[in-house]
Amino acid sequence: MNTLDVDINRIQILAIGGSVLFILFILYQIRAKRLREDYSLIWLFFGGVFLFFSCWRESLDYLSYLVGVAYPPATIFILFIMVLFMIVIQFSIIITKQSNQLLRLAQEVGRLKQKVEEQEDKDKKQRLEKAA
Amino acid sequence: MSHPNLLIVVPAYNESETLGSVLSSLIALKRDEWDILVVNDHSTDETSKVARQYVSRVIDLPINLGIGGCVQTGFQYALEHGYDSMMQFDGDGQHQAEEVERLLKRLHSEKADMLIGSRFKYALSYEGHHRSTRMRRVGIKVLSYLCFLLTGRLIKDPTSGFRLYSKKAIQLLAEQYPHNYPEPETIIFLNKNRMKIVETAAHMKERSGGSSSIEYQGFTYMINVMLGMIISSVRPRSRQFSV
Repeated sequence: MNTLDVDINRIQILAIGGSVLFILFILYQIRAKRLREDYSLIWLFFGGVFLFFSCWRESLDYLSYLVGVAYPPATIFILFIMVLFMIVIQFSIIITKQSNQLLRLAQEVGRLKQKVEEQEDKDKKQRLEKAA
Repeated sequence: MSHPNLLIVVPAYNESETLGSVLSSLIALKRDEWDILVVNDHSTDETSKVARQYVSRVIDLPINLGIGGCVQTGFQYALEHGYDSMMQFDGDGQHQAEEVERLLKRLHSEKADMLIGSRFKYALSYEGHHRSTRMRRVGIKVLSYLCFLLTGRLIKDPTSGFRLYSKKAIQLLAEQYPHNYPEPETIIFLNKNRMKIVETAAHMKERSGGSSSIEYQGFTYMINVMLGMIISSVRPRSRQFSV
């Protein structure tokens, strides 16, 4: 078998199928409430981008030509790495936001607990005074 | 209100060994218009129990927040209850109760927003000084120099946690306080918000228990703090206080 004999249509079919499956998978997760819509937008967007490139192969060649990449598949890798980077950064931002919220929440809970204790002590004292 | 009141915040994380003596020394010298609040940062030992034997105001945090979040809880308490000033007083035995009165007077006479009790200023005695490692002293020097570059103020001991804050500073810091290693960054932050910062000499002892947050993570500490300071200096002024 010669590598030059590969049927290039096969990978295109696989890529389209993969992209569609990926988008369906994300939609299913949203439907099952395992993924929030606002966090899934970025996944859906890039699922769309990959579907676009796998349906219209020449666009990849054209894009590679535009940005000066001699070997079109490399464009896919660059795109992929960029996408992962963006998603990971988005995660860091979300984590930061959530830890700030957690901080506020914990401080609030601590202060409220102290307030309740104080009130309970006061009530207890009052009850004792009344009894006396 | 005849005398301005003061909230002394003692942040404590696994400090059951030293906390008792720290609190009793504070109570012995305390004035009527001063209150003591212990913020227990989700300790795994008897810290909360020990604190409750001495003072009635104890906040038990439901999760471990680190020194920044712990002290900020104190600012929030002070703000909510309308204290005129707040002091951070560590539970490890480093800070001396005898100094509270003098520092408080200084805060008011200088009309400062933050008064830093310094180990180094005017070379007052610091009993543990000879034991503080060379690396640590170099680290503090570097931070002090960076602080000078960013604010134009010379603070000799930017990592000291022995601090007093005015009502204005309480308002700001209850809302926004650095997280991990807050001391040096707070100087930059308050300076940015046009608050008056004064440093004064204070007697301190080597901690009798626990460990410094600085000591065991020297390099990471320095990078973290320096980044925090620089970022803080280029951040816009807090909206709450921009006039």
